[in-house]
Amino acid sequence: MKLASHSVRWLAGRKVIVDSVTLSVAQGQTLGLIGPNGSGKSSLIRLLAGLRLPFEGQVVLDQKSMYRYGLRELARRVALVEQHSATEANVTVMDVVRLGRTPHRSALSPWTGEDDRIVAEALQRVGLQDRRDQFWHTLSGGERQRVQLARALAQSPSVLILDEPTNHLDIQHQIDILKLVTELSLTTIMAIHDLNLAARFCDVIAVLANGRLVASGPPAMILTEELIASVFGVRAHVSTSQHHGRLHIQFLM
Amino acid sequence: MRRSRTATFAIGIVGTGLVIIALFVAIATAVAIGEMVIPIDRTVAAFTNRLGLTAITVPRLEEAVIWDYRLARSLVAASCGAGLAISGAILQSLLRNPLAEPYVLGISAGASTGAVSVMLLGFGAGAISLSVGAFGGALAAFAFVVLLSNGRQTADRTILAGVAASQLFNALTSYIVSTSANAEQARSVMFWMLGSFAGVRWPEVTLSASVVVVGLVICIWHARALDAFTFGEDAARSLGIAVQRVRVVLLLVTALMTATMVSMVGAIGFVGLVIPHAARFIVGPGHIRLLPACALVGALFMVVADIVARIVIAPQVLPIGIVTALVGVPFFSVILYRARKAA
Repeated sequence: MKLASHSVRWLAGRKVIVDSVTLSVAQGQTLGLIGPNGSGKSSLIRLLAGLRLPFEGQVVLDQKSMYRYGLRELARRVALVEQHSATEANVTVMDVVRLGRTPHRSALSPWTGEDDRIVAEALQRVGLQDRRDQFWHTLSGGERQRVQLARALAQSPSVLILDEPTNHLDIQHQIDILKLVTELSLTTIMAIHDLNLAARFCDVIAVLANGRLVASGPPAMILTEELIASVFGVRAHVSTSQHHGRLHIQFLM
Repeated sequence: MRRSRTATFAIGIVGTGLVIIALFVAIATAVAIGEMVIPIDRTVAAFTNRLGLTAITVPRLEEAVIWDYRLARSLVAASCGAGLAISGAILQSLLRNPLAEPYVLGISAGASTGAVSVMLLGFGAGAISLSVGAFGGALAAFAFVVLLSNGRQTADRTILAGVAASQLFNALTSYIVSTSANAEQARSVMFWMLGSFAGVRWPEVTLSASVVVVGLVICIWHARALDAFTFGEDAARSLGIAVQRVRVVLLLVTALMTATMVSMVGAIGFVGLVIPHAARFIVGPGHIRLLPACALVGALFMVVADIVARIVIAPQVLPIGIVTALVGVPFFSVILYRARKAA
């Protein structure tokens, strides 16, 4: 499923946070959204997930304006993993993943074998099938992120949107999550901080600065020394890695 | 470790059955005891006579005490306990705040102000207009809390706003009482504000029971939506929940239930706080089980609390709010302490 934004603009009070951003992700592609802190990544993610209405412009999902989908209809197509999930409730891993089936069920329809199968598969996918009865508050940050990813997968979406899924995770868990996400055949959009990981795992990179889209395209075209200097204010040396053939960015202090 | 679904289901059925039996026993006890000593056989006979099952001669006064006074009173107590517990559970989930409940948030205080205005300033009379006044007051308090917490329901802001609302509306109530009531009215209003089931009869049973049943049905209808609020509003919306609509509907239902109870028996604190936590401990956080559990356990708790209120200093009756607060405040402290550790 294709997701695109057409000149979306969003303000917080009178401050422009997202300014006329036009971008699109093709079916099955992974788009990495990069940019310094406060560049509007999270706000753009919320607009793309349909959680906020843009002041101008629109988000188009599969040729149809996102706002013409019903809420549940949209939730069956687009799933979101937030940067940080917190709850006071004493829920188990299973409880959380089962929430993913919410948009597929009406108010009183019973839980079906199909729902069970999808939830089990999602848990399997993130490698937490043996932890289903563990309580949420006993999980580590990486495990919580994987549980939320499983919940998103249980929504059976076509588009997966992630807001800095690797934040606060150690390097092994960062790679685990990104591998998992990019191996799925879903259309994926993620905000991501680490430029090397972005280069390694994304098909397309979109660069945001001060709410505006500065550049977008394949990593090798976008992640240049000039762009990194102008957007992030850091001198860098960009080369092709001998180990994986992708870009390798070294920061020169 | 993991129980099979059939086993869980069986345990659930047995547990529900036990609580229902306990509730019946409690109501029977509440009917059997009191200032006027009535032998158990005549108590049973008065009951079965009214149901049309028997025609045993029972003194009319005794029959009236059993049926119109004690039974009505315990049924209103049951409805109140259920209604306040459901309201507490809903507020805790919607505001994502373990300390939320109608009393703490000042909604009961607002309802009191509304009811007292109707009572003393004379905007009509009777149970219905009292409830309408209380409903208006409850909504005003709600609006106050929402505005003051600035739309952002962080735990501490909401509670602080609730404290302010309680202060404001209690002050308004006292102001109305001291300027408009004569001594006798003032005394009865003060007594009513501490919570009392004295004076409730069958019309109150009908009103409170129907509000609770309708409220419970609406809340259960939204059980899945409430579950989806586990990780906050954005998470709920991304699961396809119409967050604004669900919030408005459920907050209105909560205000209506609270207002109905307050207009009848005064502001009773801590039931809405204690019972949902106890129920969650028993059945877990899923709302489809939690809400009925709150209703049953809340009803049982309040009937028992009323029995305690009636026997502790018999023949006098303690205000019910004293009993619930004496149980509730220690519980409140425990939650407060645990919430602090979790933060």
